[in-house]
Amino acid sequence: MYFVTPRQLIFPGDVVATADSKVEGPVYLDNGRYRSLVVGLVEFRDDGVVIVPLEGVYKPKKGDLVVGYVTDVLATGWEVDVKSFMPAYLPVGEALHKHVDLETTPLTTFLNIGDVVVAKVKDVDLTDEYPIILTLKEDRVGKVESGTVVEIAPVKVPRVIGKKGSMLNTLMELGCDIVVGQNGRIWIRCKDAHDEVFLASIIRKIEAESHVMGLTDRVKAEIENYKRTKQQAAV
Amino acid sequence: MKKSPVPLLQNGLRADGRAPDQMREVNIAVGVVSNADGSAVVSYGLTTAVAAVYGPREAHPRHLALPDRGIMRVRYHMAPFSTKDERKSPTPSRREIEISKVLREALEPAVVLEQYPRSRIDVFIEILQADGSTRVASLTAASLALADAGIYMRDLVIGVSVGLVENTVVLDLNGLEDQYGEGDLPVGYMPNLRRFTLLQLDGAWTREKFLEAVGLAVKGAEYVYQKARDALKNKYMSIAEEIYGR
Repeated sequence: MYFVTPRQLIFPGDVVATADSKVEGPVYLDNGRYRSLVVGLVEFRDDGVVIVPLEGVYKPKKGDLVVGYVTDVLATGWEVDVKSFMPAYLPVGEALHKHVDLETTPLTTFLNIGDVVVAKVKDVDLTDEYPIILTLKEDRVGKVESGTVVEIAPVKVPRVIGKKGSMLNTLMELGCDIVVGQNGRIWIRCKDAHDEVFLASIIRKIEAESHVMGLTDRVKAEIENYKRTKQQAAV
Repeated sequence: MKKSPVPLLQNGLRADGRAPDQMREVNIAVGVVSNADGSAVVSYGLTTAVAAVYGPREAHPRHLALPDRGIMRVRYHMAPFSTKDERKSPTPSRREIEISKVLREALEPAVVLEQYPRSRIDVFIEILQADGSTRVASLTAASLALADAGIYMRDLVIGVSVGLVENTVVLDLNGLEDQYGEGDLPVGYMPNLRRFTLLQLDGAWTREKFLEAVGLAVKGAEYVYQKARDALKNKYMSIAEEIYGR
């Protein structure tokens, strides 16, 4: 039995449903009832209710794609800031495909402090000094050489992707490369620098208005409008 | 004990014209400090508290971090200009350090710290204007700021004070009643779970008066809780209004 209505705003401690219901998201069980842990929105899906938080930090999960900044070069790897409350570590073995002799090659030849990497979360182990282990041995990951990184709140990432990637497909119409990190950092690269600035502003708009209905349509309209004015300027 | 310059209770009304079971005007706003991850300003009458939450972030120094849960640091501080008569020294006093600890312990049951191992949550509370009940206004502000930061909480914690004035139980003490009243009972209450996280008491109370006071505190907390929900709702509704118009 559910005690909530679709798209309702919910607060910490509010009852969501009885224990036999299917509830996902930040909730906890108290006396046979699911209660919310956050300020969020209630979404009804085919298989139950999902609580979508409106604020919050990035909680790393195994397999997440993230955009990180190298913050330190250590003896056998790099410390990476992935906008979480825990530090992440990228070992040499996970960064390079070939073997290197660490005694003769300084690690800074591959990655240095301030470099941006797109990486996958290989493992999360809370008992480790570096709980997040990253890897570059995957498709579509590696060091970032050009483009722009836009930072948004990590809880807004599902909005930028949209249902079955609908929002992301809309953004792709500009013909730019987009990598959405689960940690709220989005790397974009366009052929035209003006497109990059516009795309960044659209992503910020999605972040600010994520909980207002009809967002995809508004974004679609703005992108079309932008493309039209650009075409007219070219003529 | 010194006598109050004005009568605290006259014809069933208090010095500021309130009934004994009446709160002062409660004003709450969420998301007021844009640098912070979450923030709130709460005022009970003239008493105004601002809370700003940072984190969870990596715990420094590292040796303070706990492997199985996060740590929370709370700083309660009164601005030098917050008091009525003498300027308050900006140095944290013994009282402020104690209230910081008391507030941390009142918030900890609500915050799911096990979700944030090896990290730290900082809560800063600044009293802009003090007129009694500052610690409970701070508690409400801090819990709203934590919720605004998206930190997992079992419930909001609402602070209200009750006091004893001329042997009458009164809700939400102001500065005058705090100073000259016979008793003071600050309460932290989780309205959904119906649990207390803070219960302090001074003065001499009979068992009956104490029970009456706790009941009144719950009533007051539920009133403030509605205001708190409205404030949180407001933050998100205002963005929707901007887009669709009123």
